[in-house]
Order: sequence, then structure tokens, then C-alpha cells
Amino acid sequence: MVQLKINGKPTRLDVDPNTPLLWAVREQTGLTGTKFGCGIAMCGACTMHVDGAPVRSCSTFVGDVEGADITTIEGVSNPDGTLHAVQEAWIKHQVPQCGYCQSGQIMSAVAFLRDTPNPTDDDINAAMAGNICRCGMYDRIRAAIKTAAKASTVMGG
Amino acid sequence: MTKAEETKTKVKKEKKKGRWTRRGFIGAGLVAGGALVVGVAIRPGDRTDKLAKYVTGEGEHLLTAWVKVAEDNTITAIIPHGEMGQGIHTALSAMLAEEMDADWSALKIMEAPAEKDYANFPLVREFATGGAKVPGFVFDTLNGAMLGLAKSMDMQITGGSTSVRFTGVGAMQTAGAATRELLVKAAAKDWGVPAAELTTAKSMIMHKASNRSAPYGQFAAAASEMKPNLHPTLKSRKDYTLMGQSLPRVDIPSKVNGTAEFGIDAQVDGMKYATVMAAPVHGQSVARMDASSAKAMPGVISVHNMGDYVGVVADGYWQAKQALDSLDVEFTTSAASSLSQEQLFAQYANSLDTGKRKTMHKAGNVAKGAEGAAGIVEAEYQVPYLAHACMEPMNATAWIRDGKGDVWCGTQNPLGTRSAIAGHLDTDIENVTLHTAFMGGGFGRRATPDVVLQAVDLSKASGHPVKLIWSREETTQQDHYRPAVIGRFKAAVDADGMPLTWESVFNHEGEPKEASDISYGIPNKLVQVVDSPSHTRLGPWRSVDHTQHGYFTESFIEELAHAAGKDGYEYRRALLSEKPRFLKVLDAAAKLGNWDTPLPEGQARGISIVESFMTICAQVVTVDMTDGDPKVLHVACAADPGFAVNPDGFEAQMQSGIIYGLTAALYGEITLEDGAVAQSNFHDYEMLRMDQSPKIDTVILTSDARIGGGGEPGTPPIAPALANAVFNATGRRVTHLPIRGLGAAS
Repeated sequence: MVQLKINGKPTRLDVDPNTPLLWAVREQTGLTGTKFGCGIAMCGACTMHVDGAPVRSCSTFVGDVEGADITTIEGVSNPDGTLHAVQEAWIKHQVPQCGYCQSGQIMSAVAFLRDTPNPTDDDINAAMAGNICRCGMYDRIRAAIKTAAKASTVMGG
Repeated sequence: MTKAEETKTKVKKEKKKGRWTRRGFIGAGLVAGGALVVGVAIRPGDRTDKLAKYVTGEGEHLLTAWVKVAEDNTITAIIPHGEMGQGIHTALSAMLAEEMDADWSALKIMEAPAEKDYANFPLVREFATGGAKVPGFVFDTLNGAMLGLAKSMDMQITGGSTSVRFTGVGAMQTAGAATRELLVKAAAKDWGVPAAELTTAKSMIMHKASNRSAPYGQFAAAASEMKPNLHPTLKSRKDYTLMGQSLPRVDIPSKVNGTAEFGIDAQVDGMKYATVMAAPVHGQSVARMDASSAKAMPGVISVHNMGDYVGVVADGYWQAKQALDSLDVEFTTSAASSLSQEQLFAQYANSLDTGKRKTMHKAGNVAKGAEGAAGIVEAEYQVPYLAHACMEPMNATAWIRDGKGDVWCGTQNPLGTRSAIAGHLDTDIENVTLHTAFMGGGFGRRATPDVVLQAVDLSKASGHPVKLIWSREETTQQDHYRPAVIGRFKAAVDADGMPLTWESVFNHEGEPKEASDISYGIPNKLVQVVDSPSHTRLGPWRSVDHTQHGYFTESFIEELAHAAGKDGYEYRRALLSEKPRFLKVLDAAAKLGNWDTPLPEGQARGISIVESFMTICAQVVTVDMTDGDPKVLHVACAADPGFAVNPDGFEAQMQSGIIYGLTAALYGEITLEDGAVAQSNFHDYEMLRMDQSPKIDTVILTSDARIGGGGEPGTPPIAPALANAVFNATGRRVTHLPIRGLGAAS
């Protein structure tokens, strides 16, 4: 039994502490927006935030994040329910194709922009290189991150 | 032949003939449960009422197989193709709405059930042609990728870049126009005015003279009493208001907030999780399995020896995976179990030397054509096996009870999958319900139902609803690979270096046939193939045979240009002078890629042009070789698909096809070691990432040509354009893909 907070909600997961966070969340809470891609932290599809920091949940044991604040794609929108600036930008630039990697891409981008509000192309390339998109939408992701950065600056967020 | 035999043969022939010459796809009106329905009549006993039960609800009327109209005027497009990111739900529904004058902002979309009436074959054969006359192009295309891939009635494939080309033009537009005509006719009768005085827009019918208007829904029932027009007049392009617009994709909002449901997200009450390991050498089986320790592990429900694979069913995926990894398994061996990739390529080379050649394409006479030639140019190229590497690992969920049941999965071939499940269970197709979901990438991989049948077997064997998930390793090692191919080329050239003959021979014949042909005006050509089979499983990979042949042809033409001392762009122009569409595309790419502008030391450009799936695509790659390894700086892409239904969606497909092909050109290589695939995950089967991803600019050209494909034509030109750029930067010809390992030293 592991206790933590998921998207602000205190949650008890009835799993072995040595279960990856990814599977614990997907199978125990019904939150399936976070995706399984490689299982070895090489593709980024499973990215969640643990106490605000992006982690690869496929390679993070749930026992190691006991008591932590977990955010998944389902919890990334603004507190008032409106879409996060990154999600808005993803729609504006029509980023997703198959969409399978996009939960991870968005979680990486949200954390990145929090630390780097005015990124250069090189910043974006370095920060997002851990997230694979097999549909090859990298050009659109770069553009969307810049749009989201601008929107966040305007909003003072 | 006896008289009885003769009669039998005659009946058989007539039956066969009758199947294809039956009247049109849009049939007469039917009355079903009080609701009036206009619909489909492919074969007797196979009518719309049968379909209606799958797709319509209370107060809805099915007007043709592709659209239903509710009494509250809600119009729903029924799309017979899976969404794997190509935006097909958006493009096809826009094509329907365009001709129907339906209100796009209120249009609903549903994915068609896996029913015969939504299969491509009757669709193309009968609906596209109205059942009456069959234009030549349909036969041409049927003889190409589609039929070759599926070879059966039971196909409902999303592949071959066909969705817009066939379903869109043939079904959605025609159905939209026919439905609109019916509704107008019904309104005209009701109002007692000539149909010609009625106009339609946004799901409404208007009569200006009497200042009347009414929603479509009001006439849906009456319309179905009328005989639909099998050959409705389609709009001309200049009148389009939806087609040709970059409409936002309908599937995108759910893909930014985690609510999009992929196959792997299926939820079934009481569901257990499974994972499997198949014989690493394809074709082998389980020789011995000791499951004692695995069975004792926490959460494990059952362990199964399934003949050619072993599987574990557990409470969770992780438990199943841990148990699978602890299994003590041995597989059988065969001659293939010692095969290396080097041996396989040696086998291909030997087949090219000595194997029986089959002629694929021929023109003139290459022996005569070479007489008096000023020179001969020869080259050999090689491409490796490639895995699809869909982001969503292979998976399927099944719940089989009493030999029938339900299956949930993302598939490029819903009806084929449903039919395969029924065949596997030895039951009627009606006993299998298929629930389709978004695909986390397809690229050809999700046209094959292997993982689905495993899920079915594991559900049956364990007695539980089972979600089977393959690990990334299993997904990489149990793929159906893009074939490894060697191609040999020879051309006789005149004193100006222009080709008099073109000869090629390669191993492996796939689809489509025209992939190995050339677009260039060369009077004598002979293109041949040899068969050189191996135990490895092969399958369609984005753009199918165009991937290898695009690289071969566009590398060799560049070598001819170089031998002639000519610029690759100008050389191609000279050989395409009779083909204005090609010239326009080539010129547009050259312009977009600044072909004539000088570059810094160590950088160079390369160009290529490939027609595939009726779309012509040219690309100019700018590469930096100063580090020794290629760094792709820019890709300029020009494409003529005839007409782009959703320009932004088409551009996205070009970008996607380019990155997919670039990944393969730079890194993609599956090799065999001891008969088994050596690569397993993204550390040794690398993907292009953001930091290696070039800026891509795309220009879309419109022509009078029929609508061409979008999903695949961006892929074939990128590898040769890159290889040609590398040559122009370094003088080193890329004769083997991937380019990785070319290295600084040479």
C-alpha cells in the first residue's frame, strides 16, 4: 500500500512499492492519459510531474514517491478547468497526429516552461530531446512551445 | 467436360460475374422499424437495415452507409477508416459535408463498425463506380497496393494512402451529393415547387421565392421513398467551401488532455493483464517451459505455453512482465537459427547473380539501346530491415466466452481483424464484436492482427477478459519488417551523359508494382526482380516498396548526373521534360530549398523526386557534414497531390513522412543475429529526436490530377535527397542505409 497525492487528490494505491509509478497509476486509478512507450526511460511518453519535476514514470518505483504530489496529463489544466497555455498552443498549432506521445510531450513542455519562460530553439531542443514523437511533429512542438511561452508571459504566468 | 460440369462451371461464372455487376451501391428506400431509410444494396440480403442496427439510434435515419440524419437535424458522418493521426476523420467528413452542404460546425463523426459494407473492396468496385461503369483507374489501383495487400473481400484497410483518394472521392463526396439531391427532391415535392429553385446551405433547404426554409432532418424520412441518383453531380473545385480549407482536426482536443482512448486504454470489468514472449527466431516454437517459479510470483494468475509463444496472465502488467522474465523457456531451432545478417545479404547477392529473374517493367530494348553508347554506369545499393516502432506498443484486449466475444484494439483493418478473429475461433463473424480505438501510430504495422489473436487465445485459455500488452522489446523483435533489399543498376549513356538504357534487378517483390518503375523519359528499360526468401516476417512499412526504390532510383539518377558532369536538378529536368507536373514540383522544391544559393564550406544540398500513391513529391535537403556525420539543417518539400482536402493536414503528413524517412535514413537498421532480431528498444533502434530534427518547409501545388495520397508520399524522397546532399558535401556516395557510421574518415 502506497499513499500519495494524484492531481491534488489523496490516493492510496494497493500495489507493491516496487511497481513503476506508470503502471500503478494507469491500472489502479483509471487515469490512462499517461502512456507506456519503452519501459526504460528512453521515450518520454510516460512523463508525469513528481512535486513539480518531470519524471519518467515507467522507471520510477511508486514506493520511492510515497507522499509526493503527482501530476498527470489529466491534472495539468488550470485550476479553473481551462486548458493550460501549453495545451492551447498544442491545439493552435495542430501538433498531435496519432497523439500517443503527446501527454508526455505536454508534461515535459509544461515543466520546462516553468523553469525557462523565454526559451531559445536550443533550449527547446535540449529540454525536449528526451521525448520521442514517431509522427515527427517536432517542428510543430517547437512552434507551440514558443507560442505557449508568449501566452504565459502576457498572462504574467 | 460433362454437361453437369459445364452447367456447374456456367453457374459459378455467373455467380462470380453477378457479384461485381450488381446495381449501384446506393439502393432503393427501405422501411425499417417505422423509420424510412435510404441505403445500401451491395448484394441481396445485405442491405441497409442490417447496417442501421449497428449505427443508428432513436430518431436517426441512415441515408446511405456514410451519413445519418437525426430528426433534430444532427448529421453524423460515418467514417470507415481508423484514425492514426493522419486526420482522416476530419478530412473525410469534410468531403461529405462539402457535397451535402451540411453544417460543418454541427457535424458529428463516428467510426464505422467492422461490417462488410464498409470494406474497401465493394466500396471501390461498386460505390465509386455507381455500379455501372468502371473507369480504368479503378482497375489500375485495385491491381496495385490495395488488392495486393489484402487479397480478400474482408478488408477495410487504412493504408496505401487510400482513405482520401478512394473513400473520400468515391464514397463520401458521392454520398454527400446523392443525399443532398434526395433531400432537395423531397422538399420540392412537399412544398410543391421545382427542385431547381431550392438552394441548400448548412443543413438547411431554402426556397427564396416563397421565403421558406427548413432543416434537412424534416425531409429525411420522405427522401428515402425516392430513388437516389447513382451519378450525382459533384461540385467543381471553385465552389468548395470546406474542401481545401485547413479545418482544425476533430481528434486533437482529446489528444491534449489525456482523454483520447487508444487500444491500450481499454477498460473491461474484471480485466486481467498479460504479456508474452514469442520464439525469437520466427517460425520456431516452444520446446520446453518451466513455469514453477513464475506461477508462485505475486499477482500471477496463469502461465501459458501457447505453442510458438509463452504468456503470463496477472493482476497487473508489471506483475505479468516480472513473471515472464523469470520463466525458464527454450525454443526449437532450425537452419535459420544460425543465420546472420551478413549471410542473408550474401544470399540476396547470390540470388541476384544466379536467380530466376521476373520482369516487372520493360520498354524498348536495352541491348539494342546500349549499342554505340559512350559509356556504362553501374551501381549497387542496399537497405536493411526496418521495424515500424509505433509509439504505442502492440496490444489488444479480448473477452472470449463460449467461443465468442468482444475485442478492443486500434487497427488499420477492422473488418479483416474481426474476420480473422472469427476464423480463429471457428465461429460466425456475427459472434465477434470489435471495438476500435485510436492507434498510437500504425505505419502499416497495425494492418496485421497477430497480437489480437494472441489476446483472444489468452482470454480463452485463462477464462478472463485479458489486456495483452507487448513490451517494447517484443514490439521491436516481433514486427513484420520492411524488407532488406539489394538493388543493382546499370545504364548506357550517350556522349552527353544522358541515359539510353536503364536496367535494374533487386530482390523482393512487394507492393505496389509501380514502385520499381521510373518516371524519367528513358527509351529502353528493363526492371527485374528475383525471389530470395528468408524466415523473417515482412510487412507493409510507410510507403511500402517506394521506400527502397525511391532511394535506389534517385541515388542512381544522381550518379548518372554526376558521371555526366551535370547538376542533379538540371539533369532531372531534362529527363522529365515531357512531364509538366513533375517539372513544376521539382522547380518548386528547388526554389524553396534555394538550390542555386551558395552554402558555407562543409554544407551541401541534395535533391530528389518520387511519385507515389498518385502524389508527386520533391525534396531538397541541406546537410552539414563538418562533424563527419550528417546534420540535416533544412528540408524543402514540394508536393502535388492534385488537390489537398485539408492543406494543414497534408502539410503535417509531409512533415511526418519526412521525419519518419529521415529517422530510417540516419539510424534505422534491424539486423539478424542467430536468426533473431538483434535490436530491442530505443537504445539500439534509435529514433530521430527534437535536437536532430530539421526545419521543414512545405509547398503544396494544385493540379488537375485526381486526388493523390498524403500519408506516405513524403517518405520516399527524403533518404535519396539526404544521400545526394552527403555526396555533394563529401564526394562520398551513400550505397548502404542507414547513413550512420559513414563517419568522418574515408
